[in-house]
Amino acid sequence: MSGANITAEPPARGAPPSPHAERGRYLTGIVFLLPALVLLAVWLFYPTVYTVIRSFFGHSGYLGAWVGIDNYRNLFTTSTLVTAIKNSAIWVGVVPALVTALGLIFAVLTERVRWVVAFKTAVFLPMAISAFATGVTWRIMYQQDPSQGAINALSRSVSDAFSPAGVLPSALPSTTALQTRAGGLVLKTPLHPGGVALLGLTGIAPQAMPSGAKQAVKPAGKPGAIEGAVWRDFKPGGGKPGVLEQGEQGIPGVTVELKNAAGKVVQTTKTDAAGDFEFTSVPAGSYNAGIGARTFAKPFGGYSWLGPKLITPSLIIAYIWIWAGFAMVVIAAGLSAMPREVLEAARTDGATEWQVFRRVTVPLLAPVLSVVFITMVINVLKVFDIVIALAPDSVQANANVIALAMWRTAFSGQPNFGGGSAIAVFLFVLVIPVLALNIRRFRREI
Amino acid sequence: MRGSQWAGGARAARLTGLVALLAAILAVAAGCGGSGKKSGGGSSTGNTSVSGSVKFWGIWSATEQKAIQKVIAGFNKQYPNVKVTYTSKGDNIPTILSTAITGGSPPDVADVAQPGLVKQLVQQGHLKPMTYAKSAIDANFTPAWTNLGTINGKIYALLFKASNKSTLWYSVPAFKQAGVSAPKTWSQLLSNAKTIKASGTPAYSLCGSSGWTLTDIFENIYLRMWGAAKYDDLSAHKIKWTDPSVTKAMQYMAKIIGDTSNIVGGTSGALQTDYPTCVDKAFSDPPKAAMVLQGDFVGLEILQATKAKPNTGFNVVPFPAITPGADAKAVETGGDLIVTFKDDPAVEAFVKYLATPQAAEIWAKLGGFGTGNKNVSPSVYPDAITRTTEAPLLGAKSVVFDMSDQQPASFGATTGQGEWGIFQKFLQNPSSISSIQQQLETSASKAYTTGK
Repeated sequence: MSGANITAEPPARGAPPSPHAERGRYLTGIVFLLPALVLLAVWLFYPTVYTVIRSFFGHSGYLGAWVGIDNYRNLFTTSTLVTAIKNSAIWVGVVPALVTALGLIFAVLTERVRWVVAFKTAVFLPMAISAFATGVTWRIMYQQDPSQGAINALSRSVSDAFSPAGVLPSALPSTTALQTRAGGLVLKTPLHPGGVALLGLTGIAPQAMPSGAKQAVKPAGKPGAIEGAVWRDFKPGGGKPGVLEQGEQGIPGVTVELKNAAGKVVQTTKTDAAGDFEFTSVPAGSYNAGIGARTFAKPFGGYSWLGPKLITPSLIIAYIWIWAGFAMVVIAAGLSAMPREVLEAARTDGATEWQVFRRVTVPLLAPVLSVVFITMVINVLKVFDIVIALAPDSVQANANVIALAMWRTAFSGQPNFGGGSAIAVFLFVLVIPVLALNIRRFRREI
Repeated sequence: MRGSQWAGGARAARLTGLVALLAAILAVAAGCGGSGKKSGGGSSTGNTSVSGSVKFWGIWSATEQKAIQKVIAGFNKQYPNVKVTYTSKGDNIPTILSTAITGGSPPDVADVAQPGLVKQLVQQGHLKPMTYAKSAIDANFTPAWTNLGTINGKIYALLFKASNKSTLWYSVPAFKQAGVSAPKTWSQLLSNAKTIKASGTPAYSLCGSSGWTLTDIFENIYLRMWGAAKYDDLSAHKIKWTDPSVTKAMQYMAKIIGDTSNIVGGTSGALQTDYPTCVDKAFSDPPKAAMVLQGDFVGLEILQATKAKPNTGFNVVPFPAITPGADAKAVETGGDLIVTFKDDPAVEAFVKYLATPQAAEIWAKLGGFGTGNKNVSPSVYPDAITRTTEAPLLGAKSVVFDMSDQQPASFGATTGQGEWGIFQKFLQNPSSISSIQQQLETSASKAYTTGK
């Protein structure tokens, strides 16, 4: 209808609002909105605009010097920032999908298990712990030394079952007369019956010596036999390498091998308390004496979870541990609101459980799943605290993510507010599409 | 109406009483202050003509805060009318200061640990020169120390609390087990390390997760190898990181960090060991390693975190000499620089006081404190260990600052990047010296060109 019609038929729409009353209502609206507007302006709008402007200026001061797009160029040329962007991409690619999938699995499971409350509590509990505390806890669990890190301790008990540690894992040859061969040690000079093999070892702490060790004694040599000694070739100050001296102890219980010229083991024996051993009735020929690799097998040293290569996966595992509970609770709520009769109908029609899950449950849950997914994308883009708490300083550069890079650039070491602002703006730009998606969804739901 | 009036009257009466009481307390307090002034004036030159207040921000907290309060109390004996308010701002002081300057309300006096920051503040014109205190400073410090606070020919900073970063800490039981004595020279250090390894204990405990500990080792080697002048040139990036002198120092360093079976936990273990965990390892019982090549601050950590006792459990020697001569005793120092944003008589009196041996001795007696003040006697240090670590500073003729503290922070002092991060790569791969040098040079030249 046009304005002319309104004046022609005033009563059609009730009394026309007087211009005065309309302005009054408008003013009331403004007055009520004002506090919120002021707060938004001061704490949201102004900082955003200032950050955008600041990102074109130099390091410090209220503004600093104009540097144009240099800060943005640095974003893609500085190696630590490029790593941060790459890592954030990995996070976004992996975490939201995994969290949603795990949450879905847990939510469906809670419908089937007996101890629902206990299970839900256990999965949800990590949400109650601050991300910083989680970081510290997981850092301890990830320690490489199996005597400190729970995860490597578990790996060690598996590893030890297959390849146990040797009795002298840290031992080293004391002289070059002993050569390392295939993990074991072999005396270089060939031996003949009647000869003496001296196998001196160092690098063994006194407290690591087998109990009952006695002063090492040099065997005299016996016709038709090969004798020898394995001993800790060290006394305070070093001693003379390769010489059995007073104060140096034999190592009992070491398995010594005798190999013939073809390299085949013909005899093995164990050393006595003084470290002496004897191969009896050795036929004429040339032999090599040595200690097998098993004696020196290193104990399982642990995986380097906190090393530069594994740090991002390690962080992601800890992060998923926190957020899986959130996803589970939201999805479980969605599940409980789902119409049961649809599931029943599907089952009655002969669908298998998997088909019900795949064709009915998941499609009906799609809106909830996408809420969880989008929330996680936003959370992951902003991830910060767990990285700074969990990753040791030496791998902080390898573990860097955008939000952390922003803070480091702006506030640590030499404050660079310009660079930090540029990263903040970049992060903001990345979040915008996700936010837009979310807002559109909200509108549709209303 | 009447009732309320009554109540009001009672309140007023009570208030009057309170005011009277307060006045009485104040009078008593003033009386005490007066007598204190008199006794102080009797022994030293109590100066009542200077009055005012000094807003002092520093990084010292907890025990150190108590110590600086005692130093300030010593000042108030001389200047009873100057009120110094010390506030601890913690390690974040660079950020807090730059925010305060931006906001237009810096403190009057601040202590900062980064010479690079001091230089930056001078260039931006925020600091006041301490020309008025020159004679007081010259009377107590050698030129080597005065130079550390001099920028463009003027004194802007006073190194009040210094640390000695050129020390080597060793586990006495581990050394005894190996039958070696404390190393004096680099070759003794290497041969000791070999013997210690043969005895079954790794020689070194490295704190590779804290990047600064690695640069500290490099800096000590470079300083003892090439001397203070060349060290300062490298700090100022007048010598490039690709220089052959750097190559040689890194080759020496590789003899320590490249001996992976002689490091507790091996290379990858060392990279995940931060400071102070590395200290705890070396001084546990039994020792897991024999030596920690870090500064004087290690001593405090040993006493706090382990059961090792001085002389029987741990001991300390100066970092081994490399090139014989004057620079064999050169000291790398880090420390807290006093800078001023204002220069009224109160501030001037306070700065002059901090340069005196009396001020330094108050804290030195409490421990955990080093100074270059040549008029402080080594006997004021509370124990033999502190004397060993801090005495080389007193009146030292060849002193340099921690290098990474002097450089633009994006290169010298940022976790995981620049010098700290690249030396961690060096620890991972000690044979790649030339590539490491290239990375250092690229990172340094970038920091020096954009470090505005």
